[in-house]
Amino acid sequence: MSLNIVVLAKQVPDTRNVGKDAMKEDGTINRAALPAIFNPEDLNALEQALQLKDANPGSTVTLLTMGLPRASEIIREAIYRGADTGIVLTDRTLGGADTLATSYSLAQAVRKMNDFDIILGGRQAIDGDTAQVGPQIAEKLGIPQVTYAEEILELKDGYVIVKRRLEHGVETVKAPLPCVVTVNGSAAECRPRNAQRVMKYKYAVSPSEKEKLSDELKALVEKRPYLNLNEWSAAYVEADPEQIGFAGSPTKVKAIENVVFTAKESRCLENNDDQIEDLIKELIANHTIG
Amino acid sequence: MTDNNNLIVYCELEDGKVADVSLELLTKGRELANRLGVKLEALVVGHNLDGVENQLFPYGADVVYKVDDALLYPYTTNPHSSVLINLFKEIKPQICLMGATCIGRDLGPRVSSALHSGLTADCTSLEIGDHTDPKTGKSYTDLLYQIRPAFGGNIVATIVNPECRPQMATVREGVMKKEIFDASHKGEVIDLDASKYVNPEDFVVEIIDRHIEKSKINIKGAPIIVAGGYGVGSKENFDLLFDLANVLGAEVGASRAAVDAGFTEHARQIGQTGVTVRPKLYIACGISGQIQHIAGMQESSIIISINNDPNAPINTIADYVITGNLEDIIPKLIKYYKKNSK
Ligand SMILES: Cc1cc2nc3c(=O)[nH]c(=O)nc-3n(C[C@H](O)[C@H](O)[C@H](O)COP(=O)(O)OP(=O)(O)OC[C@H]3O[C@@H](n4cnc5c(N)ncnc54)[C@H](O)[C@@H]3O)c2cc1C
Repeated sequence: MSLNIVVLAKQVPDTRNVGKDAMKEDGTINRAALPAIFNPEDLNALEQALQLKDANPGSTVTLLTMGLPRASEIIREAIYRGADTGIVLTDRTLGGADTLATSYSLAQAVRKMNDFDIILGGRQAIDGDTAQVGPQIAEKLGIPQVTYAEEILELKDGYVIVKRRLEHGVETVKAPLPCVVTVNGSAAECRPRNAQRVMKYKYAVSPSEKEKLSDELKALVEKRPYLNLNEWSAAYVEADPEQIGFAGSPTKVKAIENVVFTAKESRCLENNDDQIEDLIKELIANHTIG
Repeated sequence: MTDNNNLIVYCELEDGKVADVSLELLTKGRELANRLGVKLEALVVGHNLDGVENQLFPYGADVVYKVDDALLYPYTTNPHSSVLINLFKEIKPQICLMGATCIGRDLGPRVSSALHSGLTADCTSLEIGDHTDPKTGKSYTDLLYQIRPAFGGNIVATIVNPECRPQMATVREGVMKKEIFDASHKGEVIDLDASKYVNPEDFVVEIIDRHIEKSKINIKGAPIIVAGGYGVGSKENFDLLFDLANVLGAEVGASRAAVDAGFTEHARQIGQTGVTVRPKLYIACGISGQIQHIAGMQESSIIISINNDPNAPINTIADYVITGNLEDIIPKLIKYYKKNSK
């Protein structure tokens, strides 16, 4: 059975490696100082999609991302690893969106796509850590959701069986297709790039990237349809302007502060027996231990 | 039915017991409800709920809504979502709080999407305050300030939902304090008919198998914690920490780097994406003290840092700093504790 698989992915600043220069004096973030990466758990989702494709020859994996035009970088990355194609939903009017406005916009893009059997996405993105967009898209599309997925055990006859990783254990559930599955970081790691695919898709570009190519490369891209990535606007997906971007977001950021911890007056001890014994005696005397 | 505009807490159950995180939220909810002059409501959806209100009233609930049906336990997304969506259309709460657990983080977004109400995940602090929209100049009184770390914990953002109701927020376990409000406090119980809130077609996802283990690790309630970081170096070296913990009657905690490196299990992780702890003594061994870690232990009464780097950031919030290798220092702590105790 061939499947139409959609993978939701986000290009995120690498918040795991925030250096000193990443924070500006005023406590805001200097995004330019942070490298933009493929959100880690979205790679776990991509791997589940590619495994489904391996098991069901003739399937297609389409990456869908919303962001700046440069987010087509992660589509190329996904194609190098085995995805077929991708769409960047990008528009000035989508800026400043909270999770609800984001999921509405992405749900509109999904509606614009061909029929799909399953939507996979990472559990959460490391720049927001909210885990909200997957379930909200499922709700907008009126389909079931399976969150915290660790492994897709089986997909056949119009349903999927998924192992979920919860705080205190595991749960196996059976959900009808189509549905949204969000994948945990504990799931299988994504396969690496395939060298042949890197060669073949090196010049896969979105329309806005194509404009910047030399005439020679432009001609090459035009000759080969598979090198053309999609770039969709808010109008193209028929998004209601009232429901997208900053205006469509019920939550507003009131204030942002730098994190400061009040330093304590600390007592410094040497690593010698006398000082350590004194510390222990003191902690016993004041009933902290013992 | 009762009046509108109250504060409601969605309470989770496991084997008939209300989850700690739900009781923590009732404690916080009581404080916020008092500030707003509204009722504190609790919602329990599940099965065999007889008497569950007795676990909730002491934490200050004025109203307990119960939706009891065999099909509602264990939790599945759509049936529970339908209860909240349909009930909230009726009782119009101004605020809804839930645990940032696998359940709350599955349910909250589904409900907020259906009601078009804002939701803020993983809040670390909740307050009531006013707000003026910088663009329109319109002012709002008594909004819920949803305060959470953002950008990987490097900043703290205050989020408000000026227009949409309910204002929804999730909070991780251990972040708020659980405190009995009044052991003899009593409220009203309202039994709701499940069939009025849940549609048969909501039961689309079937649970085939479920293995939930009661975690044996209880770092949240431990009065003393010996925590290890990446500097501990190996799983074997973590045994040193267990030795110290054993003699002190402590639990062993860990930083995320130590968990990621496979030195110990995830249930021991302390910090923004782990548990928040407030022990009377916290011994940090080989932990550098990044903000995401400190966020989960800064309220410890006494902090001892053992680190071979005298400039490790954690030292700035420590009461005692022992500079050196933890492999040497921990055995000394054990030795002198044994010598001086009793
Ligand atoms: C979104 C997000 C959420 C996060 N959530 C959490 C969280 O919940 N909890 C958490 O802990 N982290 C969290 N982190 C990770 C956090 O940023 C740090 O990476 C992590 O806390 C570092 O762990 P560490 O201090 O053990 O390791 P390191 O930073 O590598 O520090 C090791 C320390 O050990 C010392 N050391 C080395 N050898 C020895 C020795 N022999 N004796 C004594 N000292 C020694 C070193 O001097 C150093 O200070 C999060 C990060 C992000 C982006």
